[in-house]
Amino acid sequence: MENPNNDHGLRSYLTGFVLAVVLTAIPFYVVVTHALSPRRALLVIGVAAVLQILVHLRYFLHLNFTSTPKENLLAIVFTAVLIFIMVGGSFWIMFDLHTRMAV
Amino acid sequence: MSAAVMHATPAAPEGGAAATHEQRALGFWLYLMGDAVIFALLFATYVIMVDNTAGGPGGKALFNLRNAGLETLLLLVSSTTFGFASLTARTGNRTAVLFWLLVTFVLGAGFVFLELREFAGMIGAGAGPDRSGFLSAFFTLVGTHGLHVSVGLAWILIMSGQVMMKGLSVPVTSRLFRLGLFWHFLDIAWVGIFSIVYLPGLL
Repeated sequence: MENPNNDHGLRSYLTGFVLAVVLTAIPFYVVVTHALSPRRALLVIGVAAVLQILVHLRYFLHLNFTSTPKENLLAIVFTAVLIFIMVGGSFWIMFDLHTRMAV
Repeated sequence: MSAAVMHATPAAPEGGAAATHEQRALGFWLYLMGDAVIFALLFATYVIMVDNTAGGPGGKALFNLRNAGLETLLLLVSSTTFGFASLTARTGNRTAVLFWLLVTFVLGAGFVFLELREFAGMIGAGAGPDRSGFLSAFFTLVGTHGLHVSVGLAWILIMSGQVMMKGLSVPVTSRLFRLGLFWHFLDIAWVGIFSIVYLPGLL
């Protein structure tokens, strides 16, 4: 069980937990204190969310470029492309429509 | 040592078994990616609909930061305790696995309870999914996540039963591994929910 190269171990989960708590506390703190302008606060929330998702993938789902099967990585990249096209396309169409209707 | 002998060895212990589970989980992984697409589109719908309150209440009036924070904490701790269940499953300690599954279940049930209480409060205050486009999108997105967590809770109970009756056999630990993927994935979806729904709504 005590394998120093074993990144599925206890240390992985605890590291992930601590990082996730920090990356949750920062955006909540920003919203509670209203310390930043809404625009900057949104930026902080967005960056913290992306970082936290990466932390979860790395330390809880144990995704990495060595032990994770290649098909799984391929699937996640393909999904990311799909999401980019569908979500980006929806925003493009709907916000464009919104602006045109408002005029 | 020939390749045939290597193949005949049933599930090597330690990292070996975990690696096998990972290689066997491609189908489940594809399901999770499909689920990720569903959530991404529900998020997109929510962002498009967020200002369409039809004269009804918006996020600022409805959301409770303390409730959202507590839900976040419950789900994050439950994700970690599920990790402990996965770790103890590899050492073959049945009681420890059951203990951590139980802790995960209680935390997840607490999350669902808080969410249902929030939903009931909103519907009671006349802010149900039929009130506005914004609220339809909100209930669909957050409700879909809550439904997933509830299914995860049922799955935890089923796996606890299997650990009790069948022990930590290779098929059972393989299923536990996929349940872990599902549970950790739901926590990722929740990160999106508090970052896109609750925090911006309360800014």
